[in-house]
Amino acid sequence: MNNEIDKTRRLILQGAAVVALAGIGVRFGLTQALAAAANDKYPEEAFKQKSGDDAIKSLYGKTAETSDKVKLDAPEIAENGAVVPISVSSSLPDVTSISILVTENPFTLAASYKIPEGTMASVSNRLKMAKTSNVIAIVEAGGKLYSASKEVKVTVGGCGG
Amino acid sequence: MASTIRVRATSSGDTTEVQALIQHPMDSGFVKDAKGELIPPHFIQEVTFEHDGKKIFVADWGPAVSKDPYLKFAFKGGKKGDELKISWTDNKGSSDQTTAKIQ
Repeated sequence: MNNEIDKTRRLILQGAAVVALAGIGVRFGLTQALAAAANDKYPEEAFKQKSGDDAIKSLYGKTAETSDKVKLDAPEIAENGAVVPISVSSSLPDVTSISILVTENPFTLAASYKIPEGTMASVSNRLKMAKTSNVIAIVEAGGKLYSASKEVKVTVGGCGG
Repeated sequence: MASTIRVRATSSGDTTEVQALIQHPMDSGFVKDAKGELIPPHFIQEVTFEHDGKKIFVADWGPAVSKDPYLKFAFKGGKKGDELKISWTDNKGSSDQTTAKIQ
């Protein structure tokens, strides 16, 4: 409920900003405001964070609680850190987003997926891991964050030269 | 030019499973070349899947996604013969797109 109000307020504020900028004819500012208003903007800042907590905060603005309804599939030992197959799925209702973090990587956030209504809460991909690290799966469901983590041992890193 | 995107979308009644493989170096910016110089970061930032004019899946990626990225997901509402539109953009502003029929 609060979420809805917040969303509306944000929309109104954005609308006001656009009108104000148009009013004084700042063209560059206007395009920027419009870009910021776009819901599916690439989360540049979140991908630059060096700690997992900061990345989650930057991406979602809240913290996650551990849940056994988040399923993280990753190998115990990855022989090649350049290609580590990782899958995340969840049995939680109303999943809107899934993100994967590798805590020991230079930038912790690896990938973030938007799950619109009608799309399953399940994704598989392949990630690079610099060294042995915890992998954290974050699932956003019904406006709340849930997580699961697993340690993956890496014998040959995939980020260094 | 051949597309950098290969997609297989298979319908099994209610749900459609989508697998995509994209050709891209996904340089992280931490790897050195043969001369010992850092290869600058070059990676896909966003991949979008559309069905029937609606976004069904959006991937935001950092440089930690493996070279020649692979993705698998599934959605409801697609049927055989429907078209999927897939597009990506990278941090240097390059992009590519393709369409695939659900099988």
